[in-house]
Amino acid sequence: MAKITLSKLRHSYLPNPKSSSDYALKEIDLDWQDGGAYALLGPSGCGKSTLLNIISGLLTPSEGQILFDGKDVTKLPPDQRNIAQVFQFPVIYDTMTVYDNLAFPLRNRGRDEATVERRVMAIAEMLEVTDMLNVRAANLSPDNKQKISMGRGLVREDVNVVMFDEPLTVIDPHLKWKLRSKLKELHQRVRATMIYVTHDQTEALTFADQVVVMELGQVVQIGTPVELFERPAHTFVGHFIGSPGMNILPCTLQAGVVQFGTHTVTLEGPIQGAADGKTEIGIRPEFVALADTGLPATVTKVSDVGRHVIVECQSQGHKINAVVEGTAPEVGADVHLDLKREQTRLYVDGWLATEPGERT
Amino acid sequence: MKTENQKAWFFVLPVLLLVAFNALIPMMTVVNYSVQETFGDNIFFWQGLDWFQQILRSDRFHAALGRQFMFTFLILIIEIPLGIAIALSMPRKGFWVPVCLVLMALPMLIPWNVVGAMWNIFTLPDIGLLGYFLNHVLGINYDMTQDPVAAWVTIVTMDVWHWTSLVVLLSYAGLVSIPDAYYQAAKIDGASNWSVFRFIQLPKMKNVLTIAILLRFMDSFNIYTEPFVLTGGGPGNSTTLLSIDLVKIALGQFDLGPAAAMSLIYFAITLLVSWLFYTLMTKDDLN
Repeated sequence: MAKITLSKLRHSYLPNPKSSSDYALKEIDLDWQDGGAYALLGPSGCGKSTLLNIISGLLTPSEGQILFDGKDVTKLPPDQRNIAQVFQFPVIYDTMTVYDNLAFPLRNRGRDEATVERRVMAIAEMLEVTDMLNVRAANLSPDNKQKISMGRGLVREDVNVVMFDEPLTVIDPHLKWKLRSKLKELHQRVRATMIYVTHDQTEALTFADQVVVMELGQVVQIGTPVELFERPAHTFVGHFIGSPGMNILPCTLQAGVVQFGTHTVTLEGPIQGAADGKTEIGIRPEFVALADTGLPATVTKVSDVGRHVIVECQSQGHKINAVVEGTAPEVGADVHLDLKREQTRLYVDGWLATEPGERT
Repeated sequence: MKTENQKAWFFVLPVLLLVAFNALIPMMTVVNYSVQETFGDNIFFWQGLDWFQQILRSDRFHAALGRQFMFTFLILIIEIPLGIAIALSMPRKGFWVPVCLVLMALPMLIPWNVVGAMWNIFTLPDIGLLGYFLNHVLGINYDMTQDPVAAWVTIVTMDVWHWTSLVVLLSYAGLVSIPDAYYQAAKIDGASNWSVFRFIQLPKMKNVLTIAILLRFMDSFNIYTEPFVLTGGGPGNSTTLLSIDLVKIALGQFDLGPAAAMSLIYFAITLLVSWLFYTLMTKDDLN
């Protein structure tokens, strides 16, 4: 197990990258602490799989370094990095039994049979596959195949990091929950560093202690699920995480006064920096309430999602979502929206520009 | 109530007729010949299973059958590993893929009798490129019209040249269908090249290889044109394979009865071996 450091990492799939859009990864500096459960979250094509393949050694980065416990491994092939990776589609060795599949990484490294048996039995027990050890792996169901792939990743005691590349894509929805909680449990038992790549926010937020959000080859924010939800550092994070995502409203800023159309908005706290650029207000639908006074709006759509009601309004020519408990107004009704002040943030050119103010 | 639509039979009918006229009826004629004796003029005498008995006990048939199995065994033992090896070393991506595929497909596009004629000329001791080179440059006494070993080497080499491509193309199709993740996982698991071949590539190629072996078995077991053009079954009888012998009996000696019995036995052997092989290869897939 090791601490993994990515230093000034850039990667391009083109032989001679020129502009920054030629890079699949744009300058990444990141530390993964030993034993952490991380999720790498982002939309398809944001570079998360590229980053994963660079850490595992399947790809060599165009620039920058990867350090395991301070040791440069940038040029090392995957088998010498002591890492494990679980792929999107279950990779199993069809002709072998489940036991031999699990034993394969250990036998390839010349471990003696006693060690192999001890480890395989331990992992099989954790994964609850002890009763199928003698079954030929080709005859397993997809979720069990994926369990075996995970098992092959975890079977070595000394692995530096276990990486999961959207491992639940091909698993039936009702089994996803089971496997996901199994993974979480496994992490608590083996205490290996785990990196979980996904574009599914639920998967990322339930699995990880720390979520790394990526967009367009860049890390946009690193934080706990709560931090990502409460203080998105970038409008992309606000929009990408949450259901529905953060309301992002264009606004004007003059002499410290923020105007959304004709309405004056009070922010959570003081504005950092010069704030010249595209200014936007960000507020989560959970913090928009229906009130007697406030921003005037017209209800355009009401969706009951069970636990609460999502009210979609139109105000000053923009769409605003509000999450409402209890009874919701009818479509077409004129309402007033109250934006909770300590959750109203200002974004300049997409980046968070307000500091939290004093709690009231 | 489930209603059954019987109209489907009408769609099958044309195929049934076609198969009847080009396979079943000719086949039944052969069966007819195999139990009778004729001296021409459409006069037949009932012979029972005498011809079958005669063929099965004949040394000539045993010798031809032996040569036939030897030939098929030799070309399979060379073409299958060689085909796999070539497929493994072919590029999977890029500019050279179509070039390799076309080059590989070329020998198969040449008509069989042309292949025979080509190799015949190629190996002539005095004017053939290969024959001349072996005899006059390397000083090896090579003449397939005189030496049975040379004749065997030539027909086996010719078949390998002509048909290894089929094994290559089928194996290649099996190889490119393996997702990258398998190779990446194997790398991470620390698998050796041999393990990658043994546990990933070979299992994934198994189905296409079964087909390749089956096709090569049937084709080589029934081979006629190429050795007929190349050696004519000689020198002596050394390269008289089953089909060449069959044609000699049927058309050379005009012994229609024994020839018919021999074709049926020949057919039964081909069918039996193919069935045995296919059943053995696919029995794992069932459970």
